[in-house]
Amino acid sequence: MEQNHTRGDVKVAMGRRYRFAASHRLHNAKLNDAENREIYGKCNNPHGHGHNYVLEVLVSGPVDAATGMIAHLADLDAFVEQRVLADYDHKSFNEDVAAFREVVPTTENLCMDIFQRLKPFPQAKLERIRVEETGNNSFEYAGDHTEDPTP
Amino acid sequence: MFGKCNNPHGHGHNYTLEVTVAGEPSPVTGMVLDLKDLKDLLEREIMQRMDHRNLNVELPELAGKIPTCENLVQVIWNLLEPKITSGKLHRVRLYESDDLFADCYRAAASNGHAPAARVGN
Repeated sequence: MEQNHTRGDVKVAMGRRYRFAASHRLHNAKLNDAENREIYGKCNNPHGHGHNYVLEVLVSGPVDAATGMIAHLADLDAFVEQRVLADYDHKSFNEDVAAFREVVPTTENLCMDIFQRLKPFPQAKLERIRVEETGNNSFEYAGDHTEDPTP
Repeated sequence: MFGKCNNPHGHGHNYTLEVTVAGEPSPVTGMVLDLKDLKDLLEREIMQRMDHRNLNVELPELAGKIPTCENLVQVIWNLLEPKITSGKLHRVRLYESDDLFADCYRAAASNGHAPAARVGN
């Protein structure tokens, strides 16, 4: 079965970028107010603040010989919409997203939550996600490989 | 299956190609490879073949295949990899639009992904 006309261990991945706007407050209830201000600075503002986030999703797999695709873009778009954007877009992480009731919604922690939400994508393997909090800050997560021993 | 991309008269993109070559910098030049050599290679192998062309009919390397970003990035990898002799081709990333791209790269021998998130730009 021909799935991939590149020889050897060369892999192909598809990347897609999505956008969402959300607010957060970086504050750890286990620390006192002074410590929180010291660690998080402006991001500790009690009334929160927002970002226009960009989410980049990278999936890999054999390229189907009939379609020339790794996965149908519409399927990936619908999955990301349902699993992430519907819960995240125009929300307050601290108040609206259960995963961040106890966990500080830094972009590092967002990455790990998003990865878990997208990992079950049935049509391809989730390789990595990347979140841009601003044009100058970005964070990546490729999963904990100890969870999945297959390369 | 292909939606708007199945329009009988085709459609175009302003593709962006990102090529990454990895290797030890030469102790003499401080470079992995001469950027001018890479530029000439890309002009010769990629731009002359693909720029302002109809990828369905003018690119023999894609004959019999659908010109998706995934297929095109593999054609580009196969054209470039044997021609890069200083350093090694590390990754080819082809953007079809700002929000859609395909990568071609050599899989690591083992899963080398660090489990922790990291900051980068």
